[in-house]
Amino acid sequence: MAENRDPIANTSLEQYLESRGVSRRDFMKYCTGLAATLALPLGAAEKVAAAIADDKRPAVIWLHFQECTGDSEALLRASRPTVAELILDYLSVDYHETIMAAAGHQAEQARAKTLEEYKGKYIAVVEGGIPTKDGGLYCCIGGRSAVDIATEVCGNAMATIAVGTCSAYGGIQAAYPNPTGAVSVSELLPSIPVVNLPGCPVNTANLTGTVAHLLTFGNLPQLDRYKRPLFAYGKRIHDNCERRAHFDAGQFVETWGDHGHRQGWCLYKMGCKGPATFHNCPQVRWNDGINWPVGAGHPCVGCSEPGFWDSMSPFYGRLPNVPGFGAETTATKIGVGLTVATAAAFAAHGVVKTTQLRMKKD
Amino acid sequence: MAKKIVVDPITRIEGHLRIEAKVEDGVITDAWSIGTMWRGIEKILHGRDPREAWYWTQRFCGVCTTVHSLASVRAVEDAVGMQVPLNAELIRNLIMGIQNVQDHVIHFYHLHALDWVDIVSALKADPGATAKLAQSISDWPKSSKDYFTAVQKRVAAFVGTKRLGPFANAYWGHPAYKLPPEANLMAVAHYLEALDWQREVIKVQAVLGAKNPHPQTFLTGGMSVPVDPNAQNALNADKLMMIREWLVQAQEFVEKVYIPDLLAVASFYLDWAKYGAGVQSYLTFGDFPTAEGQRREDYWLKPGLVRKGEFPAAAAPQADKIAEYVTHSWYRYSGGDNKGLRPWEGETEPNYTGPKPPYPDQYVSDVDAKYSWVKAPRYDDTPFEVGPLARMVVGYAQGHKEIKETVDFVLQTLKVPASALFSTLGRTAARGIECLIMARKNVEWLDILAANMGKGDLRIADNDRWDPSAWPAEAEGVGFHEAPRGTLSHWIRIKNGEIANYQAVVPSTWNASPRDPQGQRGPYEEALIGTPVADPEQPVEILRTIHSFDPCLACAIHVLDARGREITRVKVL
Repeated sequence: MAENRDPIANTSLEQYLESRGVSRRDFMKYCTGLAATLALPLGAAEKVAAAIADDKRPAVIWLHFQECTGDSEALLRASRPTVAELILDYLSVDYHETIMAAAGHQAEQARAKTLEEYKGKYIAVVEGGIPTKDGGLYCCIGGRSAVDIATEVCGNAMATIAVGTCSAYGGIQAAYPNPTGAVSVSELLPSIPVVNLPGCPVNTANLTGTVAHLLTFGNLPQLDRYKRPLFAYGKRIHDNCERRAHFDAGQFVETWGDHGHRQGWCLYKMGCKGPATFHNCPQVRWNDGINWPVGAGHPCVGCSEPGFWDSMSPFYGRLPNVPGFGAETTATKIGVGLTVATAAAFAAHGVVKTTQLRMKKD
Repeated sequence: MAKKIVVDPITRIEGHLRIEAKVEDGVITDAWSIGTMWRGIEKILHGRDPREAWYWTQRFCGVCTTVHSLASVRAVEDAVGMQVPLNAELIRNLIMGIQNVQDHVIHFYHLHALDWVDIVSALKADPGATAKLAQSISDWPKSSKDYFTAVQKRVAAFVGTKRLGPFANAYWGHPAYKLPPEANLMAVAHYLEALDWQREVIKVQAVLGAKNPHPQTFLTGGMSVPVDPNAQNALNADKLMMIREWLVQAQEFVEKVYIPDLLAVASFYLDWAKYGAGVQSYLTFGDFPTAEGQRREDYWLKPGLVRKGEFPAAAAPQADKIAEYVTHSWYRYSGGDNKGLRPWEGETEPNYTGPKPPYPDQYVSDVDAKYSWVKAPRYDDTPFEVGPLARMVVGYAQGHKEIKETVDFVLQTLKVPASALFSTLGRTAARGIECLIMARKNVEWLDILAANMGKGDLRIADNDRWDPSAWPAEAEGVGFHEAPRGTLSHWIRIKNGEIANYQAVVPSTWNASPRDPQGQRGPYEEALIGTPVADPEQPVEILRTIHSFDPCLACAIHVLDARGREITRVKVL
């Protein structure tokens, strides 16, 4: 469990400057010069000074490793606040390869500068798995391995947010047989504070929610045993599913496009993993609450659970060992039964699936 | 004096790319395109259910998200003879169509524009003059002096913090930036507007595909989103209307903002029609069916290829002429590295011979050795460029109505000949041209879908061949898709209902490829030859040409070969 730590420096800019031997007069002179350089109207120096002094935006270094940039694309879909507000007004995103203007060694310099100036105070965001095999050579940026960069950047951060299933659990490249030895941030650096926001991709509402929590309460949200915030991963999909009543009533989709499918019946028989998945998918949904997989007629594949690539596949196979749906069985009983049965079954199933694949190879 | 320069990371792309270039007297004389990441998904699909391959391969890329899912389901459908209902074909067109439009706009404003637009210079603009400029090129309503004043104030306040975040440490003030401050301010305003726009219009994918990125409604044999005008949980008239609103919003922005901006910016950079031509051979396999069971030749975009010097004759490409080489890629082939392999026979055994990390001050490139995780696909042993430029050149050569009209309009507006297409500027313009015709086409596909639903056709998937027990014991298939970045193909071999082999030949693998055994450079490399570099410390010119391809390296290094061979231990030299 991560501790609560203050993300924002308590020292004011003026106190800081004073400590460095810069007087208020010098500072105003600097601001006037800056305003002139930027061709701002006269009198703007005061405003510039205010903007700088008020600038408490947490610095952010966003790292990309073995990933598909789907989580950065998810960030682009943010609406509360919008991505423009996030990158301009709420955060100072000093390093993010997909959006940053600088390239090459200038980009590396930008990262190094933030590391130095905001050591222990910036937020690291990681997207992608980290390959550890063979000295980490499977992912290099600027000639340095992902292991090397992650260790430096996450190790010196106030906290690390692992966005998406890849950085939270290792992701698709960590599925059996994991050819590059891909691991999650927490596996690489077990002792640092990490918030995992799994999902494929991360739901941007959970990312902005985590940032909002940091900015509003000044600490990290409470996490579950997989380091997932309770506000987003505290409940099972099945318990919040809009189709739950059809499950309880024994009404299931049998073939694609059949009457039940068009009427929004339960997708359990088509392979839905909602009963074994913790995620706020049914409530916040996606793209400003427009829809979610079950809402569009496709089973949940359990993308927010550890190792889901192995443990939840085959995706169109039914969850094992789910109690029957006799008329005498009450909905409550089924619900209670599922909680226990699926947790155990899935733990076992993950092992079985991986073992099966391994045996085939051998 | 020759000087070798390294740009790593190339930012504002998807994935991890390193460019090394030799510069002599201010001009690039040689170049190396180096993919620096490998995920090894090759082994992972072996033995899994072919029906879920689309979900796995979709994760190759979250930028051109979902293009792989379409190629994947098509490969399985081809292999086991599934018949895709018209409703599903049209829903796929709409998902891919809006993907293309949104992706091209994001590329222009958020990935490519900063190579041409100097944000800091926008602070010197006169908002009144900016309003006049904007109104002279478009009737887009957000064009008042007050509007641009507000944008400028916002940028000034941001710059005033001295913490430029993603805009820090760039090449601002570089002499290669040619736009007047007013054009820069207008572009910055549209950079911000496009950020809001892209979030809205992609909601088409949320309705049809559950979410974006990574829509989740693909099925082998169809789609999982049911259609029924009289059902609450299916695609009905209300949802079609929602989609229509976003499609119209998409089209309007492309017509009134993107295209006018593209033409305005291009007019200041016409010298870039001289650079970046590259291999000048173009390939497309065609896409977008509008009838059930349609032949590829009858799709909206038709297959074709244009070879160097053969413009405007476009021949039909053949799938069996595609082969991949690893002479300069960090893999080994069992039959020798200089032999090309057809995709179904593909092998992906890593064989890393590059420097051991950290290697920030070492060159990775070597004309005689391996230097990239990207393979070298060749068509008929020739390097080909794929992507919007390839599609527009082929379409132009074929006399495709919408393509020809729009290309001619752009050439006439810029007062340049058709040969100007073969350049960095031409590549950037072709993306805009494609975006425009695609934005218009989307609305037509929606109309066809509505008409078909109105006739009472509610079929959405091929249920007869859903269960693997209905498949032949052994089968192989290929699925093509024209993704935003170019021709994509997935190749599958199925044995007893399981994946026996899976291979993908990806747009950025074509374009970012290293040299082949004949020493022929890949399209990025070839395009950099002759590019001027004013200041080797600030090589914005390299970014211009590389970004004009819209690189997607995560896709490029996800070549699949799921035959289950054990990966041999990598030897680090």
